[in-house]
Amino acid sequence: MALTPKEYEGMNQKASPNSPLGKDMLLAFLIGGAICTLGQFFIELYTMAGLDAELASGTASVTLVFLSVLFTGLNLYDKLARLGGAGTLVPITGFANAVSAPALEFKSEGLILGIGVKMFSIAGPVIVYGVAASVIYGLILFLFQLF
Amino acid sequence: MELFLTYLKAFLVGGAFCAIGQIFIDKTKLTPARILVGYVVSGVILSGLGLYQPLVDFAGAGASVPLTGFGHLLAKGVREGLAEKGLFGILSGGLTATAGGIAAAIIFALIIALIFKPGDKT
Amino acid sequence: MPTKLGKHTLRLDSAPSVLSFAAVASKKEGEGPLGQKFDILNEDTSFGQQSWEKAESQMQKLCASKALEKANLSPDSVDFMFAGDLLNQCIGSNYGLRDLSIPFLGLYGACSTMAESLALSSMFLEGGLANVCLAVTSSHFCSAERQFRFPLEYGGTRTPTSQWTVTGSGSAVVGKNTAPPYVKAVCVGTIEDLGIKDLNNMGAAMAPAAAKTIETFFEDTCTGADNYDLILTGDLGQVGTDLLHQLLARDGVTLGHKHNDCGLIIYDRQNQLDINAGGSGCGCSAVVLCADVLPKLRTGELHDVLFIATGALMSPTSVQQGESIPGIAHLVYLSSEPGRKGVL
Repeated sequence: MALTPKEYEGMNQKASPNSPLGKDMLLAFLIGGAICTLGQFFIELYTMAGLDAELASGTASVTLVFLSVLFTGLNLYDKLARLGGAGTLVPITGFANAVSAPALEFKSEGLILGIGVKMFSIAGPVIVYGVAASVIYGLILFLFQLF
Repeated sequence: MELFLTYLKAFLVGGAFCAIGQIFIDKTKLTPARILVGYVVSGVILSGLGLYQPLVDFAGAGASVPLTGFGHLLAKGVREGLAEKGLFGILSGGLTATAGGIAAAIIFALIIALIFKPGDKT
Repeated sequence: MPTKLGKHTLRLDSAPSVLSFAAVASKKEGEGPLGQKFDILNEDTSFGQQSWEKAESQMQKLCASKALEKANLSPDSVDFMFAGDLLNQCIGSNYGLRDLSIPFLGLYGACSTMAESLALSSMFLEGGLANVCLAVTSSHFCSAERQFRFPLEYGGTRTPTSQWTVTGSGSAVVGKNTAPPYVKAVCVGTIEDLGIKDLNNMGAAMAPAAAKTIETFFEDTCTGADNYDLILTGDLGQVGTDLLHQLLARDGVTLGHKHNDCGLIIYDRQNQLDINAGGSGCGCSAVVLCADVLPKLRTGELHDVLFIATGALMSPTSVQQGESIPGIAHLVYLSSEPGRKGVL
């Protein structure tokens, strides 16, 4: 009797070990929380230096982006990510890592076709669909104002 | 004490966003790029519904640092763009508000790509 | 001439010899259980090259040269060379072997390439088309990772079912029947697909192909696991190995303790980081065969071995388009006994 793909998927589910969800979530919570706390530290720092709230928040994000890119260059961010999982993916540092990792990796294909083209090979969709969603939101807002 | 509370709120809210992301990684076959797209679009929607700004006011970096905060910034930019420039602002507002973060990622990534070598992970 | 047995098996009546063999590997493999057995072990995964692709080519070059050197043969005396790797258009082989000036037939069998190239070499010998053939393959963790998954510095997580691509190359020189090990039969596999789509679970995608080839060979030759010392599958890893045993059990075939898997042998899964379900890549079965199994066949420590390298035949494009992952498994029966002694 031939095995159907569905039956085989059932066997596969049983044979495949699951990720330890509890442990992974705890680590993601701790490391992601720590990155956000670091962000808050920079916000406080820049506020003390006299920046207004919006500018302090923006500058803090840029600082985190810088640190993440630097850690990526030093071959450290992927090691942190091995522990942190979503804790290193979801914060803006994950976005910065997704931009800088392909830039570094595809350096061997040159400045234009390597770094230039591949830089947004992972993070590009975030900008595409983020902008698309925000424009749709703007149009809805505009239509509401008409009536 | 108040400062400690500010940090605690950032830690708890930011950590919670990440813990939810971990469920998507472990329990679904979604690739990281899809999860990030989900977070950004959710941020736009939550901001549009007026739910995200209160969260930013409450948790500070705990809400602005996760990628939902990026979505919120896009929506906020579009809101302000529409108010100031009308229809054109719908197009220009989002990227204007997020330009700092995106340009930072591009320019820093370019610099480190020129300076460093990829490691071999072993 | 070969004798066709049953459906897909060819018995090679002249029993060509594997004249020599060589294995090249790098740091992580060196830290594993086979660490002492490689002919060339380079701690530097870049092998002194500017890109990971060049590093992989360099490994093949070193490995092919080493095998020829061990057989005391010059490249001129080789009639055909069968080689392949995981990279697009098989550039690992194309560039690595271009200086040898040996008539070249490029292969893509994914991680099954060692068995495919060894089988073809032996068939050419058996058919009288060649006196000496060279089989080469390789894989490199870094070049495979950047082609099939993510850039190395990207903070992606590895699931427990994922396998670690071996950085290594194996090569074997096949010639006329002189000394063990002998290639006594080959069974070319069919493409099998039971619908697995997860790129991080290749073992599950390849297990049906391994089961199919093993069953076909047993039926064709009227033999069973008891006739062999070792039944060595390619790189199924832990998940694929479990599924292989289940698939075979459904059809009443048991391998028992005779079975082992190259993906489980190459690394120390308990103590080496990120190995998860085991090793994979063309280099996985190639280095286990060339560094561990062939030497034991030569000394007579092993007598009859079935080597079944398995390959997952998807591409990044097919995966992105949501296609399932087809698998393949080629079997080579190696023996320390010449002629009609032994099993066949």
